[in-house]
Amino acid sequence: MFGFSTETLIDFALTAFETIAILLAVVIAAALLIWVERRLLGVWQDRYGPNRVGPFGILQVAADMIKIFFKEDWIPPFADKAVFVIAPGIIMFTTLMAFAVVPFTETIGVVDLNIGVLFVLAMSSLGVYSVILAGWSSDNKYALLGGMRTAAQMISYEVFMGLSLLGVVLLAGSFDMRAIVESQAGMWNVIPQFPAFVIFFIAGIAEIHRAPFDLPEAEQELTAGYHTEYSGMKFGMFFVGEYLGIVLISCLTTVLFFGGWLGPILPGFVWFALKAGFFICFFVLLRAATVRPRYDQLMAFGWKILLPIALVNVAITGAVVVAMA
Amino acid sequence: MLSVLRTIWMTLMHTFRKRDTVLYPEEKPYLPPRYRGRIVLTRDPDGAERCVACNLCSVACPVDCISVVKAEDESGRWYPETFRINFSRCIYCGYCEEACPTYAIQLTPDFEMGEFDRQNMVYEKSDLTIAGVGKRPGYNFYRVAGMAVGGKDKGEAENEAAPIDVKTLLP
Repeated sequence: MFGFSTETLIDFALTAFETIAILLAVVIAAALLIWVERRLLGVWQDRYGPNRVGPFGILQVAADMIKIFFKEDWIPPFADKAVFVIAPGIIMFTTLMAFAVVPFTETIGVVDLNIGVLFVLAMSSLGVYSVILAGWSSDNKYALLGGMRTAAQMISYEVFMGLSLLGVVLLAGSFDMRAIVESQAGMWNVIPQFPAFVIFFIAGIAEIHRAPFDLPEAEQELTAGYHTEYSGMKFGMFFVGEYLGIVLISCLTTVLFFGGWLGPILPGFVWFALKAGFFICFFVLLRAATVRPRYDQLMAFGWKILLPIALVNVAITGAVVVAMA
Repeated sequence: MLSVLRTIWMTLMHTFRKRDTVLYPEEKPYLPPRYRGRIVLTRDPDGAERCVACNLCSVACPVDCISVVKAEDESGRWYPETFRINFSRCIYCGYCEEACPTYAIQLTPDFEMGEFDRQNMVYEKSDLTIAGVGKRPGYNFYRVAGMAVGGKDKGEAENEAAPIDVKTLLP
């Protein structure tokens, strides 16, 4: 049949199944984060958060989803309709695509690209289109301001993100995520590459524009920034896209700096989930604790502090790697 | 930079703080006896209703939510034929309680009066009247007031002297 052997077909079916399972798991995890975040914020603000719907309020997610599906999906008459509809899809698409190269365990993972790190960076760069197109097509000054801010912020921090990862790539000698994890068997990258870890994490926050770097949607000045005009499930996609971003950055931090699935006794997936979960909680803690910087402060911090540190880190790591070789 | 880390640490330490939330339907807050909640009409110690339909509460009410219609019984006592409070308007200010000369109308520590239909928020006299004396035990208006009603003439109330005949000079 079509020149395929049975084994190829079974292989194909298994890969497809694995891909869909990972996709579903990631999206469900992102949706659950809506509830996790509200509960954790409650803990840190000395209150409870949603605890009524279902056990510990976990069905709040289902209630929110049902609500958002039944909301009016309004497209403003002055908006550029086609672009307006496409924009929220882009952020979901690029973020989910980036998950393709994340190795969850020794065996689980969609593909092992030999340019894995570059692929992730490329996908998060493409994500900029989502916000800038959303801001532009809304034909609303606040949306456009938010979109412009996002574009500037994401493009700037992309630079430090890429530079901070160079050290990791130098140590592993590969862009392949799986090879990077395996190179950390002796020592997690966070120890030799601590400055790179800090820069990557800060750039990651800026990349998915979470608090404290949520200037694109700063409520006090820009109403809701680039998604001011969005409603219904289109807004929901931006919303879930943000949580997908949190999961992605947490997974990447785990893979690149904390040894991915490596760990004693417990199976690899549990280690991965524990490490990623820790960073997800840290994202929420950051939102609970920090204040938003001014826009110029954000840019100055990136170009004047993070960029030199990242460059020095790359230079020193390179020198050490050459000296050791 | 250090202050940011300190803020994050302090926020994290809030994990171990007691939560301020009172889980309301399971855990009721303490309401003091003088709490201004649902309005009731009380009775005197003899079990007769205290309200004399003077309409002072209705006049005092800043949102005009009290409606009283006066009637008079065979002994000459006034009583409210209808006494209606629209609780969807009431602001629980307590002015009616202050205005009441007979301590009939009183506010109670109860606020759980939610209804799905707004019309159900209008309470009639039968809904408002309670069996007890409320916050004023032992008070009976007609027993201390100088007004003559059936069975009790002027000067016969508690702590009341007999009326003076102003038309004569005799001691």
